[in-house]
Amino acid sequence: MADYTSTELLACAASHVLEDKKSIFVGTGLPMIAAMLAQRTHAPGLLIVFEAGGIGPQVPVLPISVGDSRTVHRAIVASSMNECMSASQAGYIDFGFLGGAQIDMYGNLNTTVIGEHSNPKIRLPGSGGANDVGSLAQRTIIIMKQDRQKFVKKLDFLTTPGYLQGGESRDKAGLPSGTGPHRVISQYAIFDFEPISKRMRVYSLHPGVELATVLDNSDFEILPPTEIRITPAPTQEELAMLQKIDPVGMVIAKR
Amino acid sequence: MVIQEGTGELVGWYDPDENRRWVEANKPRDMTDKTMAIDEAVDKFVKDGDFLAMGGFGHVRVSMVAIYEMIRQRRKNLIMAGKTAVHDVDLLIGGGCVDRIEVAYAFAHELRGLSACGRRSVESGKVKVLGEISNAGYQWRFLAAAMGLPFMPSRSMLGTDTLDKSSAKVIEDPFSGKPICLIPACYPDVSFIHVPRCDIYGNCQIDGTMVEDFELARAARRLIITTEEIISNDEIRAKPWLTKIPFYNVDAVVLQKYGSHPCQMPMQYFFDEDHIGEWLVSGKTDEGVERYMEKYVHSVESFDEYIKVIGGEARMKELVEVENLSRPMTAPWMKKGGK
Repeated sequence: MADYTSTELLACAASHVLEDKKSIFVGTGLPMIAAMLAQRTHAPGLLIVFEAGGIGPQVPVLPISVGDSRTVHRAIVASSMNECMSASQAGYIDFGFLGGAQIDMYGNLNTTVIGEHSNPKIRLPGSGGANDVGSLAQRTIIIMKQDRQKFVKKLDFLTTPGYLQGGESRDKAGLPSGTGPHRVISQYAIFDFEPISKRMRVYSLHPGVELATVLDNSDFEILPPTEIRITPAPTQEELAMLQKIDPVGMVIAKR
Repeated sequence: MVIQEGTGELVGWYDPDENRRWVEANKPRDMTDKTMAIDEAVDKFVKDGDFLAMGGFGHVRVSMVAIYEMIRQRRKNLIMAGKTAVHDVDLLIGGGCVDRIEVAYAFAHELRGLSACGRRSVESGKVKVLGEISNAGYQWRFLAAAMGLPFMPSRSMLGTDTLDKSSAKVIEDPFSGKPICLIPACYPDVSFIHVPRCDIYGNCQIDGTMVEDFELARAARRLIITTEEIISNDEIRAKPWLTKIPFYNVDAVVLQKYGSHPCQMPMQYFFDEDHIGEWLVSGKTDEGVERYMEKYVHSVESFDEYIKVIGGEARMKELVEVENLSRPMTAPWMKKGGK
C-alpha cells in the first residue's frame, strides 16, 4: 500500500472532484487544501471564492480563516460577503465545499447542536455560511470522516439542506432548481446520490477498502454502487504539493 | 400568505418608519470632530442590555480595544450578533458581558478548534441562544436595514431547522409562485468597526475584504469606529472612491494603533497565535478565564499598556513580518496536529 494518511487521501480525492475553469466556494481546513491542490495541479483555472469576500486569489499558504488576508493574495477582487453570497444566489458558484458533525441519507448536514436545541449536549458553531452554500451553490461536495455516529438515520438538527426528505422535496421547498449534494467523500469511499430517490449511494471505494466496511460504518442504509470503481490513490507529486500548501502542518501532518 | 414562521426571537427589528425618524433625530449631517478615547466611547454609547454587533470577521479586523473596554467597564446583559462572532463573543461571554446571542457562527475558532468558554456557557444555560440564522442571512438582515426595508427576500435557509429556529418567514413569491424566505431587517443598538484609517469625522477607508461591514455600518444605530491611523480630510477627498463608510453613519472615532490585537489587521499585522492559544487554554475553566481577564483587562489601564504586556513593539514587529510572509507563522494549538 502506498504511504499516505486518510487526511491526505481526503484532500486528494476532493481535489479530483473539482474541474478546471469552474468556481468553488470554500471553507476552512480540508476544503481550502483541496481547492489549492486542484489549482496547483489539474485545475489552474479554478476560481476560488471565500465567503468573507476574497475572489480569485492565488493563495500562497493555507489560510487559518476564510477571512484572513491570505484569501485575497493576488486575488481578482477583495469584495464582501454580500458580493460572494449574491453571486452564489445568482448562479455563479459551481461547487461548494461542506463538512459537518452529522449527515443523513439525503446529504442533509448538522453543524448546530448535538442533543436538544434548547438544552444542548454539545453546542456546535451553527450554520456559518454552510446553509447558504448548501442552498445556493450549483453543486455541493461534502467532506467528512465516516462512522455510525456521524452517518445517522436522523440528524439532531438540520442545519444545511441536502436533498431534504429526498425525491422532489428540495425543489418544492423553494431552493434553487437543480442544486444539491454532488459527492460525499469519507475516509473509506466517495458517494453520489441516486437520481430519483436522492439517496446516498457508493460511487467509488478508496484503495484497499471493502464495500462491507463502507456499508457497516453508517447508521442508515447506503445504496450499493452501480459498478465497482476505485478512487485513485494520491500520487507522490500530490503528497509533496500538500506539504507546500500547509508547510507548518496545520491540517496535513509533516512528513 | 405566510407559509412558515421561524420560532426564533426577533431581535433588533424596527418598523422602517420608526427607524427613519430615529435616524433623522440622531444622525447629524454636519461634519464634526468625533474623536474621543475608548473609555468615553463605551461609556457614552454602550448600555447594559444593548444589542451589539462587531465588525470584521472571526479573528480578522475586530475592534479588540472595544471588547476589552466593555469588559473593563463591566457591561452586562448584552445581546450579541453571532455573525461569525468568534474571539470577540468568547471574551465577552468570559467577561460576563453577554448573556444572549443570535447565532450564525459562534463558539468555534475555525482551524483552531471549538471554543471551550462559549460552549460551556451555552451548554450550562448561562448564555441563551435566541435564534439561528446563516451567515448570508445575517448580512442580509443588515442589508435590509441599510436599505430602510423591513426585510430582504432570500433563497437560502429554506426547508431547514436553521430557518425554523430563525426569525425569518416564508411566503409564496408573488412573481415566481415559489416559496421565498423573508429575512427581517436588523438594526443593532451599537457596533464597533475597526479600520486601518479614517479622518476625525469618521470617513473610513478599509483595506482587504469588507465582509459585512458595508451593510453593518449603515444598519447600526450607533457606530463607533476604532482606527489604526487618523488621516486628514484632504486625503479622504483626494481619493473619495476609497471611502467605504461615510461620516454621517459614524458616532465616534477612536484612535488605537494595534487595536485589533490579537486578531489580524489585514496588510498590517498577523494573528497573535501565541496569545490566542493562551486564551483557548484559559477558556477551559472559569478560573482560567478569570486569570486571563485579570492579567490582560482588569489590571491594565489602557490598550497601550496591554500592548506592552503582550510584548510591545518587538512582538508587534514579528506579527507584521508574519503578515508580510517574511516570517513563518507558529501556533501552540498546532502541536495537536491541526484540529
